[in-house]
Amino acid sequence: MTRAVAITGVGAVTPLGVGARTLHERWTAGRSGIEDGVGRCAEFDPTAVLSAKEARRADRCTQLALSAAAEALADAGWEDGGPYDPDRVGTVIGTGIGGITTLVTNQDVLRERGADKVSPLGIPLMMANAPAGAVSMKHGLRGPSYGTVSACAAGSHAIGAALRMVQYGEADAVVCGGSEAALVELSIASFAALDATSTTGISRPFDALRDGFVMGEGAGILVLERADLAEARGARILGELAGYASTSDAHHITAPHPDGEGAARAIALALRDAGLSPEDVDYVNAHGTSTPLNDKAETMALKRALGEHAGRIPISSTKSAIGHLLGAAGAVEAVATVLALRDRVAPPTLNYLQPDPELDLDYVGEGTRPLDVNGRAPVAISDSFGFGGHNAVLVLRGTTT
Amino acid sequence: MSATVTAEQVEARVLDALVTFGADADVVSRDATWEQLEVDSLDLVELAQVVEEEYGVEITSQDMQNLLTVGHVVDLVVERAA
Repeated sequence: MTRAVAITGVGAVTPLGVGARTLHERWTAGRSGIEDGVGRCAEFDPTAVLSAKEARRADRCTQLALSAAAEALADAGWEDGGPYDPDRVGTVIGTGIGGITTLVTNQDVLRERGADKVSPLGIPLMMANAPAGAVSMKHGLRGPSYGTVSACAAGSHAIGAALRMVQYGEADAVVCGGSEAALVELSIASFAALDATSTTGISRPFDALRDGFVMGEGAGILVLERADLAEARGARILGELAGYASTSDAHHITAPHPDGEGAARAIALALRDAGLSPEDVDYVNAHGTSTPLNDKAETMALKRALGEHAGRIPISSTKSAIGHLLGAAGAVEAVATVLALRDRVAPPTLNYLQPDPELDLDYVGEGTRPLDVNGRAPVAISDSFGFGGHNAVLVLRGTTT
Repeated sequence: MSATVTAEQVEARVLDALVTFGADADVVSRDATWEQLEVDSLDLVELAQVVEEEYGVEITSQDMQNLLTVGHVVDLVVERAA
């Protein structure tokens, strides 16, 4: 029998502020973290959680991950090295791009001052596995650790890989999630060249006027523990990571499959992995990027995977409030979903004002929607799709109380 | 590089660089060892870059193996800059 895996701690740094609860409270209150068309973590101060040396030895994407991980571990009640043998605790953290600030800064040094002036910290800070390595080192977690790289699905892939690690018995607990800090001219220009980003600077997933995503930065981290061990130590359980699946479109480097075929398969497989059927799903935290292509393909995928029940599930997109956090998106959205399930609420899709006649599911607009679950533990899907045709879907379950 | 390079100047510059790298400002001193300052090989590469930039003195990684304290680096820089 597959081992149940509990979520015992969450942490986040997002454009809505520092902290997972800050994200949840401000998002459900309808606040936006997007300013001037960008979702920047303006309230984040790396020196609040890191020593001068730690901060200097970390690209911003790693700093964000370290902050979210410290919060998640404290939230899980882990003190003095945590409740488990550190050899049995893993670290899996995804990123879409990695330390791109470090990369462009050192490129400038190379061009302007010469090769011998390039920092020895260049490679260790820009490498895409740096967030995972830094969190492992900071907390002395000595089980398996690595990064996942699947563009905007990286955070969800990390959490899915962590789930399998615990289920398979490779670790008793895993610190997992995603991190991204790519708000540099090069990536902003590159996404703009792809016509992927909004020219209006407004994130309005599923709305008829949507014209691209708004870039954001941040990190989301969850602490997963074998449920029986978490219960035995008296941990406060936030929820359960009930299922996961991932598939590929094998279709196009940037565009999703127009019918959402690969995404639909991932949703169906994740539900099957959780032993659930479409009727069990109470909420969908959508990928909902606000691009014309994604929101249409995702809608088709949800209908394809969930059948008639798709139309009865409230759907919202965290990206409406914080923008698209790329490789951190799936992880931050999983954190947001855990807290939404706790409060039995579907948070809003900000700026969803003008329905698109082609998109006919139940998108929650302004204001929140209570989840009516009749005392059951509520179930949510959080899906993520990345350039390269990567699809990763998580099934999360709240607690009964 | 220049006859005006003094041990005091070099020491001040090296200590400043080490604090920038994250060493404790209350602990840095001429006699402090890398271990006491938690300075590792990456810091020393950066320190060598600073010294070369400021004083035109090249310190190789082989040199570094024999330099165990702040004072050792300062003395070598002053000697080679003379």
